[in-house]
Amino acid sequence: MSEIVKVENLRKYFPVQKSFLEQFFARKTTYVKAVDGVSFSIRKKEIFTLAGESGCGKTTTGRLIVRLLKPTSGKILLNGLDITGAEGEELRLLRRKMQIIFQDPYASLNPRMKIGYAIGHPLVIHGLAEGEEKNKRVLEVLDKVGLTPPEQLINLYPHQLSGGQRQRAAMARSIILNPELIIADEPVSMIDVSLRTAIIDLMLDFRKELGLTYLFITHDLAVAKYISDRIGIMYLGRIIEISNKERLFLNPLHPYTQALLSAIPIPDPDKKREAVDLKGEVPSAISIPAGCRFHPRCPRGMYVCVKEDPELIEIEKDHFVACHLY
Amino acid sequence: MKKTKTKLRSILSTLMPGLSSLSKRGPSGWMVLVGIAIVSSIIVMTAIAPWISPYSPILSRVGPIRAAPSLQFPLGTNQLGQDMLSRILCGGSLMLQVSALSVLICFLIGVPIGLFASYAGGMVDSTTSLVIDAVYAFPGLVIAIAIAAMLGPGVINTALSIAVVYIPSYFRIVRSQVLSIKELTYVEAARAVGAKWYTILFRYVFPNVIPSIVVVVTINFADAVLTAAGLTFIGLGVAKNIPDWGWDLTDGRQYLGSGAWWIITFPGIMIVLLALGFTLIGEGLSEMLNPKLQR
Amino acid sequence: MPLLEIESLNVDYRASRGTVHAVEDASFSLNKGETLGLAGESGSGKSTLGLSIIRLVPYPGVIASGHVRIEGTDILELPESEMQSIRGRKVAYIFQDPMTSLNPVKRIGAHFVELIRTHEPNTSAADALGRAKTILESLGILAERINDYPHQFSGGMRQRIMIGLAITLNPDLVMADEPTTALDVIVQQKILDLLEGLRKVYGMALILISHDLSIILERCDKIIVLYAGQIFEYASSKELHRAPWHPYTQGLLHSIPNIELSDQKLSAIPGSPPDMLSPPKGCRFWPRCPYAMEECRVEEPELIGHEQSHFVRCFLYDKKAGSHIERNREG
Repeated sequence: MSEIVKVENLRKYFPVQKSFLEQFFARKTTYVKAVDGVSFSIRKKEIFTLAGESGCGKTTTGRLIVRLLKPTSGKILLNGLDITGAEGEELRLLRRKMQIIFQDPYASLNPRMKIGYAIGHPLVIHGLAEGEEKNKRVLEVLDKVGLTPPEQLINLYPHQLSGGQRQRAAMARSIILNPELIIADEPVSMIDVSLRTAIIDLMLDFRKELGLTYLFITHDLAVAKYISDRIGIMYLGRIIEISNKERLFLNPLHPYTQALLSAIPIPDPDKKREAVDLKGEVPSAISIPAGCRFHPRCPRGMYVCVKEDPELIEIEKDHFVACHLY
Repeated sequence: MKKTKTKLRSILSTLMPGLSSLSKRGPSGWMVLVGIAIVSSIIVMTAIAPWISPYSPILSRVGPIRAAPSLQFPLGTNQLGQDMLSRILCGGSLMLQVSALSVLICFLIGVPIGLFASYAGGMVDSTTSLVIDAVYAFPGLVIAIAIAAMLGPGVINTALSIAVVYIPSYFRIVRSQVLSIKELTYVEAARAVGAKWYTILFRYVFPNVIPSIVVVVTINFADAVLTAAGLTFIGLGVAKNIPDWGWDLTDGRQYLGSGAWWIITFPGIMIVLLALGFTLIGEGLSEMLNPKLQR
Repeated sequence: MPLLEIESLNVDYRASRGTVHAVEDASFSLNKGETLGLAGESGSGKSTLGLSIIRLVPYPGVIASGHVRIEGTDILELPESEMQSIRGRKVAYIFQDPMTSLNPVKRIGAHFVELIRTHEPNTSAADALGRAKTILESLGILAERINDYPHQFSGGMRQRIMIGLAITLNPDLVMADEPTTALDVIVQQKILDLLEGLRKVYGMALILISHDLSIILERCDKIIVLYAGQIFEYASSKELHRAPWHPYTQGLLHSIPNIELSDQKLSAIPGSPPDMLSPPKGCRFWPRCPYAMEECRVEEPELIGHEQSHFVRCFLYDKKAGSHIERNREG
C-alpha cells in the first residue's frame, strides 16, 4: 500500500501579536505552537481521520498539507515529492492534486458568484477547459454530487441554496480538477443531523468511484468511527495515538484517548457510561507543559512524564501511541 | 431617434422591476425611492431647464430689481433684475457637474488604492494608511479651500479640491472591507484552488466590497453638493455669471436685511433638497444592505 | 399539578416577506424534577418554544395564541412587571452562546450580586457575594476568581458560570438552550454532569434544547421531537428509543452514529428541512417521508396520544384517540 502523503515532524508556530509598546520592550516573541511535531502518513485510497478537541491543531495540520499555510519546520511529502517549500507556479500545479472542503458551507462559497461559475472556476484558473467543454464538466460534476437538475442550479447564487446543497457545491468544486487527495475539514459539523449521512455517503462513494484519498478532520468521534479507516488523535499540537478504527475504540491506549472516548454521548437512554474524569482544562498552546504535554491532567501520570516528552512508538501492529506507560 | 427610444425602453424595463422591488422592502426601501425621486427630478429639471425657463437666467433687468415673488416672476428677481425662477431651474447644472465629477475622481483614485494597499498588507498597507490618515486628519473644508484657492475657479478644479477631501473615506471603507473579506473562507478556498492574486482580488474580494462602496458614493454626493455650495459661498468655486445656487446663496445674503428673502431662500432650499435626496438614497441603502443577515 | 403546562401554543414571526409559524399547536407538560429534551434541527422552532416559556421571543416574533401555565398560572396574561419576577426566580434560561451572554465589563461577582439583589432586594451586598462564592465552588471554580472578568475564563468555565447564575435563585425550572454546542466533548460531558448533579441537589426540572439527539437521549426523561414548528413525537426517552413511531424520528435515530455499535449502517433522510415561509401543504414532512400517503399531501395530521404517554403526529397511526392501529405502510 503506497503512501500518498507523508508528514515528518511538522511544526507551525504563530507569533503572538505584540502591542505597540511591547514591540520595543519585549525581547522574546511568544508563539502559539499550533502544530508541534506531527508525523504520520496517509495511504492511497484510505480515509485517515485527525480527531481531537478544538485547539489541538488538526485544522492547522490540514491547512499545512494543502499549503494554505507555510510550515515553520518539518517536511511534507506528496507521492514522495517534497512539497514543503513549493512556491509560485510549482505550488499552483500541486494544487490540482489536493483540494480542501471547509467546515462552513455558508462561508466557503463566494456570495457574488453563481455556483456554476464558481465550480467551473478552477478549470479556468488552470487553463484546463473553457466554454462548452467547461460547462459540460460542471454539469457532470453537479450531477455526481446530487445537485439535480444541474442546468437549473448553475445559475443560482449560494444564498439561494440550503446548507446541505452548498456543501455539495463545495464538494463539486473540489473534485472538478480530478485531485488525488481531499482534505475534509469538519465537513458536516455545521449541517443538520438528518442531512449528514448523505454528505458522508457521498464522500465514501467518491472514494470508490474516483479513487480519492481523504484526510478527514473532525472533533466528532462518532462520525470519525463511522467513516474512517485509521484515526489519529491529536492533543495540543501532537498526535498522541494512531490506529485503525476498530482497535482504537476497542483498546484505546493513551489516557487522553480513553477519556475522550468515554465522554462521547451514547444515543441510548438505557446505557450508563463510565466516564473518565479529567481534571483541569486544555492548556493554552502558548505555554505547553514540559515533558509529556498531557501530564498535568493525566490520571496516570508518572515521574518520567514530567521530564521527558514521549515519542510515538508502535505498540502493536499498526497501533502507535506516545505515552510513557508503554 | 428610434435607437434612443428603444434604448430608453430597455433601461426602463430593467429599472422598473428593480424600483418596484424596492418598495416592498419596507421603510428603508421607501427612503431609497424617495431619494431617487428627488434626485432624478432635479436632474431632469436641470436638463430641460434651457427649454423651460421663462427668461434667460443671466439676462439682467428682465424685471425690476429685487422684486418680490409675483405672477410674472414667481420666485422674484435678484439685485441684477434677473429672474430667480430661471436661475433656480438652471442653477443646478454646475452643482451636479461638480459633485458628479468629484465623486468620479474620488472613486477612481480611492478605490484602487484601497484595494491594492490593503490586499498587499504589511508595509505597503501601513505606509499608505499613514499617508491617507494624515490627509484625513485635516478638516475637510480647510483642504478644499486651500486647493481651490491654489487652483483657481472652474468646474474641474472645484471638483478636484472636493475630491481630495473624500478620497480617504473611500480608502478607509474599502480597506476595512478588504481586510475582513481577505480572511473569509471563500477567499481561502480560492487560494486552495490555485487562483492568482489578481484573480482573487478582482473576482472574489472586489465584488463583495461593492455594496459598501455604493453607500459611500451616495453620501459622498450629498457631501460634495454641500461642499461645492460652501466653496462658492466663500467666493472660491466657479466663475461668475453662470447661474449657480451656491452663487445665489452668497449673493443673496446681503439682501436679507432689506427684506428680499427670496434671493437666498430658494437656492438654499434646492441645495438642501439635492443633498437630502442623495442622503436618503445612501441611508436607505445602508439600512437595506445590513439587516439582510437577520435570521 | 404539573409544574409547566403548554396548551396549543402558537408563535409567529411576522416579517415583511410573510409570516413564519415558528411554533404551531404545541402542547405538553412537565412535572417537578423531570427532564425534558426538545430535539430538533434548524428551523424546527425549539429555541422559539423555549423562549416563549419565559416570554422573551425576539421581535418580530409574537405569541399568537395558546396557554403557558407555570404552576397553574397562565403567564401569557401576566403584566410584564410580574413576568420579570418570574424570570430568573421561578424559571431560569441559559442562553446559547456563553461567549456573549456575560457582560464583559462586569466582574463575575457583580453578575451574581446584581441577580440576587434584583430579586431579593433586602439582601446585603456582602451576603450576596458570599452566596455567589458558594455557588462558584459548587461549579468547580475557585472562589477567589469571583473578582475576575468574563474574558479571563475559558468557554467551558463561562458556560458553568451561566449555569451557576441560572441556579442562584433556586428556580423550579431551568432551560438550557444548546448548552454544549460550542464546547468539546470532554467539557460537554462535564457541563451536563454538573447540570445533572445540581438538579439532583436542588430538585429542579430541566428542559434541554438541542439538535444533538445523542445527549438528549442520554440525559432526558421525556423527549419532544420538533419539526418545522410542530411536535412530531412526544414520549419518554426509553419509549422513543425502543419504538420510535414517526418516520422522521426513525430517520433521525438511524442517522446518528453510535460508537458502541460496530458496522453501523447509517441512513439518510432525503431532501432538506422546509422553507418556513412556505412550508409544504399537508404534513410538513411528506416530501421527505418514505411512507407518504395521499392524505399526507393534503391534510395536516393531528397530535394523537396512546394512553397519554406516547404522542405522535402522523397519519400512519389511527386518528381515533385511545388504541393505536398502525395503518398499512404500503399506503
